[in-house]
Amino acid sequence: MEKLLNKEVQDQLREVFNELKENVTMVLFTSENDCESCEATQGLLTEVAELSDKLSVKQYDLNSEEAKQYDITLAPSFVLLNAKGEYQGVKFNGIPAGHEINSFISALIEMSGAESEIPAEILERIQKIDKPVNIKVFVTLSCPHCPGAVQKAHKIAMLNKNVVGEMVEAQTFYDLSTKFNVSGVPKIIINDSLELVGNQPIERFLEQIESL
Amino acid sequence: MSLNFSFSGLNKAKVDTSILYDFVAIGGGPAAYNAALYAKRKGLKTLVVAKKPGGQLLNTSSVDNYLGFMELSGEELSEHFIKHIQSIDIKEVNDQVIENIQKVGDLFELTMENGDVLTTKTVLVATGSNPRKLGVKGEDAFANAGVAYCAICDAPLFKGKDVIIAGGGNSAVEAAIDVAKIAKHVTIVHRSQFRADQVLIDKMMIQANITIHLESQILEIYGDTKMRGIKALDKKTNEEFSIEADGIFIEIGNIPSSGLVKDLVELNTNQEIIVTHKQETSLPGLYAAGDVTNTPYKQIIVATAEGAKAALAANEYINTH
Repeated sequence: MEKLLNKEVQDQLREVFNELKENVTMVLFTSENDCESCEATQGLLTEVAELSDKLSVKQYDLNSEEAKQYDITLAPSFVLLNAKGEYQGVKFNGIPAGHEINSFISALIEMSGAESEIPAEILERIQKIDKPVNIKVFVTLSCPHCPGAVQKAHKIAMLNKNVVGEMVEAQTFYDLSTKFNVSGVPKIIINDSLELVGNQPIERFLEQIESL
Repeated sequence: MSLNFSFSGLNKAKVDTSILYDFVAIGGGPAAYNAALYAKRKGLKTLVVAKKPGGQLLNTSSVDNYLGFMELSGEELSEHFIKHIQSIDIKEVNDQVIENIQKVGDLFELTMENGDVLTTKTVLVATGSNPRKLGVKGEDAFANAGVAYCAICDAPLFKGKDVIIAGGGNSAVEAAIDVAKIAKHVTIVHRSQFRADQVLIDKMMIQANITIHLESQILEIYGDTKMRGIKALDKKTNEEFSIEADGIFIEIGNIPSSGLVKDLVELNTNQEIIVTHKQETSLPGLYAAGDVTNTPYKQIIVATAEGAKAALAANEYINTH
């Protein structure tokens, strides 16, 4: 199969992966039935993993026990695990190609333990979240404003074990997009009830979460 | 579904707030980047603060009128700009918003969203513009249930559906051409005659699934849980008509993002910053360039040129103050 990532992008990523501190595992879930982008997603993750010895991929079926463990209901989906093999609520549903390569790569870097700048007041508000929170960020791959929103959802998830942040590629998961009336991206759905539109500041995410 | 990977690098550059800058350009579009290029070449301590590197170019599917580049996407053009300024080590702060500008003595203090304060001798406001709203009933109610403002982002969500495009300028016609490739049918509705370039209109005319209503004023966007269609007035016959549709892209131009300096400099009634032929505003040391100014014709090349003028004028100002 022809490579998904061209030489230029590979070189850029190799350089960026110098920032990886610890190992990160990508756990991918695919399905043999009716999964248009499973093969491409598998290809992408494999190619990315080849660019750093700190990255690896595991693959399971959508109907596996592992899928239940990470609450996976769609394919392709993948989660990131930190060096200790812990799941910190960082999930991608659909292939993070196009502009979403940006949210994918920054999630890998942050999951590896690289430090990220976050104001103390915001950090405190994130750490105070004490109930289960699910943040879905619907995106299209041609949307330049979407990775920013995905990164915020993932950042909140990484900083609080009660939170799961998921990217949802709206075209691949058409039924889910229709269910949540997605006609503009990024659209952010919190606990399947509250919604935000656009790449909002992290404070807006927190206001919604705090109102739950 | 196009997979075209567009990796823009990690944003981890930390801004040095301890130094006095000569020139800070606020913006992530052609005006800010070209200004930074010119300022740096003059030897000025230069910084670019961009909310979103690339700015409106990122929402432009194709650019065919920037001299020297026959055909490329807005995003590709912005990548060229950014590569150019990075090649000469211009400092950038990305994904940051300047929340306040204050002139203290001869210097400007710029407060960023994260609370950091930058100090500089001169400032360029090149903050561009945001999509203009139609201002009709239903626009806000269906804001995320059919009504959209970014064709390049949201077109994939309307695969096989009926879509309306409001507007008659270049961005509306380009949106119609792009969306027609994905949607079942596109209807373009505009209150007067087309303002778009003839080459774009010609390109649109050969698409079989586009219908055109000129001299038609949109009155209302209606629906239930989501948008179902629009009501419009045919100004020639003075008759109302309805069009059923699943979505509407509003492409009726932009409003300048001048809020940051509205109490500092003179604006015209369109909220555009009034500039001189040297891009000076009414506040010495503060310059403006690109779509945020009162310069007519919002074009990439016009913004680029204004950025150059602003930097040269700022350099002159610094040398004489």
